[in-house]
Amino acid sequence: MATSTLGGLRLACADVAEATASDNVDEVAARWVAWPRSTEEVSAVLRAAAGLGLRVVARGTGTRLTWGLPPTGLDLIVDLSRMDAILAHTAGDLVVTVQAGVRMVDLQDALAVHRQRLALDGSDTLGGTVGGTIATAASGPLRYRYGSVRDLLIGITVVLADGTIARAGGTVVKNVAGYDLCKIYAGSLGTLGVVTEAVWRLHPLPESRRWITATTEDAAQAAAAIAAVRASQHDPTALEADRPAPDRAVTVGIAVEGVTGGIDARADAVGNLLGAAAGLSATVAEHPPDWWGQPLPAPHATVTCEPTGLADLLTNAPGRLRGSAGAGALTCGLRDDDQLGTELAQLREVAWRHRGNAVLRCAAPHRKAGLDAWGPVPALTLMRRLKDQFDPDHRLAPGRFVGGI
Amino acid sequence: MVRPGTGAGPGSQPHILPWLRVSQDSDRPPLSLESEKDQTGGVGATTYQGAKLALLAAELSALLGPNAVITDRQRLRTYECDGLAQHRVVPGLVALPESAEQIAAVVRACAAQSVPFVARGSGTGLSGGALPHTEGVLIVTSRMRRILEVDPANERAIVEPGVINLDVTKAAEPYGWYFAPDPSSQQVCSVGGNVAENSGGAHCLKYGFTTHHVLGVEVVTPDGELVWLGGTTRDVPGYDLLGTFIGSEGTLGIATKIVVRLTRAPESVRCLLAAFPGVDEAGAAVSAIIADGVTPAAIEMMDALAIEAAEAAVACGYPEGAGAVLIVELDGPAAEVEHTFAAVRRHCTAAGAFEIRVARDADERARFWKGRKSAFAAVGRISPDYIVQDGVIPRTVLPDVLRRITELSAGTGVRVANVFHAGDGNLHPLVLFDEAKPGEAQAAEEVSGAILDLCISYGGSITGEHGVGVDKACHMPRMFSTDDLDTMQRLRRAFDPAGICNPGKVFPTPRLCGEVPGKRKGVHPLQAAGLAEQF
Repeated sequence: MATSTLGGLRLACADVAEATASDNVDEVAARWVAWPRSTEEVSAVLRAAAGLGLRVVARGTGTRLTWGLPPTGLDLIVDLSRMDAILAHTAGDLVVTVQAGVRMVDLQDALAVHRQRLALDGSDTLGGTVGGTIATAASGPLRYRYGSVRDLLIGITVVLADGTIARAGGTVVKNVAGYDLCKIYAGSLGTLGVVTEAVWRLHPLPESRRWITATTEDAAQAAAAIAAVRASQHDPTALEADRPAPDRAVTVGIAVEGVTGGIDARADAVGNLLGAAAGLSATVAEHPPDWWGQPLPAPHATVTCEPTGLADLLTNAPGRLRGSAGAGALTCGLRDDDQLGTELAQLREVAWRHRGNAVLRCAAPHRKAGLDAWGPVPALTLMRRLKDQFDPDHRLAPGRFVGGI
Repeated sequence: MVRPGTGAGPGSQPHILPWLRVSQDSDRPPLSLESEKDQTGGVGATTYQGAKLALLAAELSALLGPNAVITDRQRLRTYECDGLAQHRVVPGLVALPESAEQIAAVVRACAAQSVPFVARGSGTGLSGGALPHTEGVLIVTSRMRRILEVDPANERAIVEPGVINLDVTKAAEPYGWYFAPDPSSQQVCSVGGNVAENSGGAHCLKYGFTTHHVLGVEVVTPDGELVWLGGTTRDVPGYDLLGTFIGSEGTLGIATKIVVRLTRAPESVRCLLAAFPGVDEAGAAVSAIIADGVTPAAIEMMDALAIEAAEAAVACGYPEGAGAVLIVELDGPAAEVEHTFAAVRRHCTAAGAFEIRVARDADERARFWKGRKSAFAAVGRISPDYIVQDGVIPRTVLPDVLRRITELSAGTGVRVANVFHAGDGNLHPLVLFDEAKPGEAQAAEEVSGAILDLCISYGGSITGEHGVGVDKACHMPRMFSTDDLDTMQRLRRAFDPAGICNPGKVFPTPRLCGEVPGKRKGVHPLQAAGLAEQF
């Protein structure tokens, strides 16, 4: 049986092999791996998989396959690492079209030659591929100013579970023709189709940058500093906070970017504001602090709150806390033992006080088991109906997403 | 913090997440069909559909009160078109609900009878997205204009869908904040309509579209459920249904509350007007500014014919002899803007600008914009009839496309005035004609369609901001494959399996695509009344 399945897959894609233990997804074993080289080949593979009833997980570098929940079953991994071409980049349009297997770090390097960037940062983002970044909606400090994947993805090519190739959006930033399907793929963990190409809106690389940091034992003071900068007209690019442990001091970090001629005046203005509004003594540097954009180790949760809830969160979140305090979207490290669920509940309670939520983003499978990773999910009925439309047999990354999707 | 009104959207009860607090079916008032039947006189009950609508009118009168349901033919005619006046359909019924629960009740009543419904805000849309259905209910949100919450500390406001765009900014302004999307109709258009169309505006080059400024919406789904998409914070778990709802042109449900993000007013705003010999030089200046890494808040261009029209209409006093003008606006921290503004001036001069005026104050800035903002209406001074087109091209092909439009114009004898958001390649060619002269209307329609085809052939889009609606549904297959459109239909079916929510919009239908594409005749009533300007 296995041999005939392999034969069927090989008709669709030249490069197919039996999976090994290194191909496990969150400790779930796969049976085969396919390495397609084009959207058409991905389509052929998924058509074959549909015919064979195979459950499929798409993979880039595999760095974030532990985010979300383990698949409830897995037969085939569609590895996109050979689809690593930058297809079109017209610098004057500030738009780039890439295959999903392009590594983010390679993309940023190629764009930097033209003094441009895709405004998604954070070292876990840079370590992965374009497809993985879309599937996980990963973001870094720049999200305060530029938003996240949903805000920068302007066109997409996907292959649905039945092999249908569909495009949405386009290659121009301003475009309201048809439904914006890019949005539903951002953060969908591979459950609605395999993304094969993406079109991104780009931004110019700033001429100069400065990082303004200040550290305080008083969480309320840190939150006041963040609030003062948000309410100011200094237009920072990032507004981060880092608190190594519940009983440790909070460091506030603010990035300003712009032309060289104005940068020092702007950095000093932010520094002075931290002193005047929150009584903090600020340092201005030409390099970010070492924690800037660094991911927390597993297990950790993402946590959101309204801006006015920040002091409470900085005071009462159980573990290491780091992230975009300005956007009200941070990550919180949690204990890697049987207290994980208790800490998650504790974090959620704080978040809920401020209309936010906490989601367990990654943890060892045996730790995730039995926990409610997502918290309340609004409009879950609509999401299930969407899944039923796009993947009626539930073969794409089954069980990895909200509500068992 | 101001909290006018009560029941201020999500989260006024601690510990309960917003999406868990929506109204339940038990809120529905009881129905009394018999007693209200005689109020449906305006709807002829001579056909099956007519009978169905008459019953529905009675049911809705019972739900909303008799003053909230319009059945009189003359009054219904008020709603027969939106801002695109050449498409006209008299709705079967008009409902004027006052709350989210009432909208949900109306939609449930429609769903129970399989009667289609269309939502309408202020009716300023330019693609017929709010065109009524002759056998359906038009749900008008003009009685839902409460600003439920303005909360500068949390950088947001919560509004009802009928709230006027500019009123959000007016409410936030005292605190130093504003609502960034600024479509030219912002004095009259509704936030609900902005959500449906994913409205942009002159400043979306830097600030993005409505989708970037909405955190959450409470919606009535096509089966009458009230649900929240998104919320008041980022990263609500699950699919980003909010993102796909915004810009879906009213085909996935009706927004009943909207959580909008507020943006801090910039420290400095600088604006210049640069006059060039022609569009090639002005286009080169745009390219140089962008290539230099500057992101202006807006870059607008007008060509000679558009300038001529604006001068005739509002005497904007632009430099004489200009073959093209650019309006460039920069905003941000003063220390940044001072430098980038100097760079913009340099690039304009280097590209061949023969005169540059810098606005000294808000009044002068408004004068610069006056010519630009009046351009559409102004075209009425130089041509009895005109079509407003809305296409997008990659910025770098701007000179090529303008040359091709000039050739089209020369080859057909149809005059085309060009007004556009040059920074993001969004063209608004105004195709001029005189319907009284035989063949001109047809020729203008062909040129207008050819311009859209040009946009597609250069990798652009058939609409940058006016939407597809009914107007461009037949162009969708030129931009998207059958599989692309079928995939979008899967999304639609997930929300609206019965196909009753604004049917016949966005996607091509045989009936629609047998009809002749539209043109604009004269000035829109809102414009004539001085209420709106169209970009």
